Amino acid sequence: MIRLEKRPQPSKLWIALTPVLAVIATMIAGGILFAMLGKPPVEAIRTIFWDPLFSEQFAAYSRPQLLIKAGPLILIAIGLSLGFRAGIWNIGAEGQYIMGAIFGAAVGLAFYPMEAFYIFPLMVIAGAFGGWLWAMIPALLRTKFNTNEILVSLLLVYVAEFLLQSMALGALRNPDNSGFPGSRNLSQYASASNPELFTGTGIHWGVLTAFIAVIGAYILLSRHILGFQIRLTGQSERAARFASVNPKRLVIFCLGISGLLAGLAGMFEVSGPSGQISIDFNAGYGFTAIIVAFLGRLNPVGILLAGILMALTYVGGELAQIMLGLPAAAIQIFQGMLLFFLLALDVLSNFRIRFRKGGIA
Amino acid sequence: MNLKTILTGATLALGVAVSAQANEVVKAGFIYVGVPGDGGWTYEHDQSRQAVEAYFGDEVETTYVESVPEGPDAERVMTQMALTGVDIIFTTSFGYMEATNNVAAKFPNVKFEHATGFMRNTPNVSTYSARFYEGRAVIGTIAGRMTKSNKIGYIGSFPIPEVIRGINSSYLSAKKVNPDVEMKVVWVYTWFDPAKEADAAQALIDDGVDVILQHTDSTAPLAKAADAGGVIGFGQASDMAAYAPAPRVSSIIDNWAPYYIQRVQDVMDGTWESTDTWDGISTGMVKIGDITDAVPADVKAEAMDLIAQMKAGTFSPFTGPINKQDGSVWLADGEVADDGTLAGMNFYVEGIVGDIPN
Repeated sequence: MIRLEKRPQPSKLWIALTPVLAVIATMIAGGILFAMLGKPPVEAIRTIFWDPLFSEQFAAYSRPQLLIKAGPLILIAIGLSLGFRAGIWNIGAEGQYIMGAIFGAAVGLAFYPMEAFYIFPLMVIAGAFGGWLWAMIPALLRTKFNTNEILVSLLLVYVAEFLLQSMALGALRNPDNSGFPGSRNLSQYASASNPELFTGTGIHWGVLTAFIAVIGAYILLSRHILGFQIRLTGQSERAARFASVNPKRLVIFCLGISGLLAGLAGMFEVSGPSGQISIDFNAGYGFTAIIVAFLGRLNPVGILLAGILMALTYVGGELAQIMLGLPAAAIQIFQGMLLFFLLALDVLSNFRIRFRKGGIA
Repeated sequence: MNLKTILTGATLALGVAVSAQANEVVKAGFIYVGVPGDGGWTYEHDQSRQAVEAYFGDEVETTYVESVPEGPDAERVMTQMALTGVDIIFTTSFGYMEATNNVAAKFPNVKFEHATGFMRNTPNVSTYSARFYEGRAVIGTIAGRMTKSNKIGYIGSFPIPEVIRGINSSYLSAKKVNPDVEMKVVWVYTWFDPAKEADAAQALIDDGVDVILQHTDSTAPLAKAADAGGVIGFGQASDMAAYAPAPRVSSIIDNWAPYYIQRVQDVMDGTWESTDTWDGISTGMVKIGDITDAVPADVKAEAMDLIAQMKAGTFSPFTGPINKQDGSVWLADGEVADDGTLAGMNFYVEGIVGDIPN
């Protein structure tokens, strides 16, 4: 019989190994799924993982697209991971992402059609502020009234979605668009646009900010006292209190920073790849980033890799739909498997497996 | 290495272009905003895609991507589709407008067909839509005759011209046959959300409505009407015949197949041109589903007559005298609304209570 024995310390080797194993397990289980759907499994896996990176036909286009798709995921996930490490659960990044986009776009549109160098920096500040403000609502409600930040932040997503619709149909609607919803296109308004910085790379200000956030989070967690407090609170809240950690301050900081980064992601998206405030501008980045944060083990470098891997399954998944006629649902199952196997294999980092003969119940 | 990649890419692109000319098979791609299983909007587009396959057989290959969010994701999917060497791409949601035009500018040899939009920036973009408001006039007439409480409910998706036009058309037609009729509009801000649509239907029923019209794609309002009893509704985008003979007493069906077949044929013949198509009942792009026996014979005859008139082109639902909601004159006696005004319609006609939200 098999017995699980808790390790005194999580195994460093297995922590590094499980994501790789999870990807391999996903490929095998996914391959079986695709075969059951009557599609060639090897070709499907190759289309998803290989073609976007190396196919001569697609890679020149899809490689930069990976960064465009991964940028907001990484940026949001980095912010979320800080709170998640300390047991502070911001589930509403999607709402903060929307608010960042609305605030950023509103500032940009207020200046239209004036051209000036300071418009874009102002939009960045406004976007960060919008996301931060939206995250402060659950933060203050938790610190003042002890409400549950999971519920409050999640429910505020729906409020933000209604505000987005109202903005697309009302205050921010493009007056030259004969009654159709949607704002002016910011990517076509030079002072407010977030263009590709290096041609052919897909890198825009948001992707750059995501890289900076990865480095910042890494330094914060490994070198800064605040990072120590975050890690300590996550491991033992009681111990943290003895180490004179102020839990309220930590809640405000963690929710604030994750809201701010989500707001920035929304702002860079609305002024760049998306270009405009529309009824359904948000495409689920805030929720997918939760998966990315866990897939990356709440570790900044891990999140960077997880974000790119997640983007790969999106871009490659679309290719598989076009080339092989795989249904979108199969791709979603495939993405779900990735997280499932990772969490399941986590058991290996925290437990040792012992094989024993006979049965002591 | 970079130069080499670019050159190989260019040679390959050239190769693809040449081979598309050389062999006879035309590849058609479709971008769906929902899933074919939605039973409404995307379902009908997918049925029409299958009709293209059935019609041309081996001469055509089709592919599609479903559940594509509007915005940058749509642009990426379209680009990847164009890179695979398709000849014509149908993008089947209003929100794909900018993405369609952006991608079309990068692929001058690929034809793009954008549903329900108005932007054609390059000569390889066409737009097409259906005069759904003609169908609304027919079901509005049935609704006006059938209501006993004189209250008709309308589940609106988003307050955009397309939807407002439908509300105005059905109200005008209902009012014509029943001067006491009242129209109650509920906005749900979604195209497809069975839970929200069911809530809206329930709210309308609680308010005394006994006929429900919808501009959303799920069958949930019909299910609610069936539960309530004594309430009727209409299939939207698709026939929704599962709810016949009641509560579904008729339906407005989007029928894209003839258009898709024609456009693919044009690509084969090399005669494809950028056009703006807005067809209705006369060409069959809008069809009225079977009117069931739950509707009295004289009402059915009246509806059939209206269909016949629109088929012949002798009647438009927007024929004056019509005033705007604020009482100002919109159309003088006998005047017919022009397409420009209809396309951008952002006002209610006289008699509808409530404001268009913004």
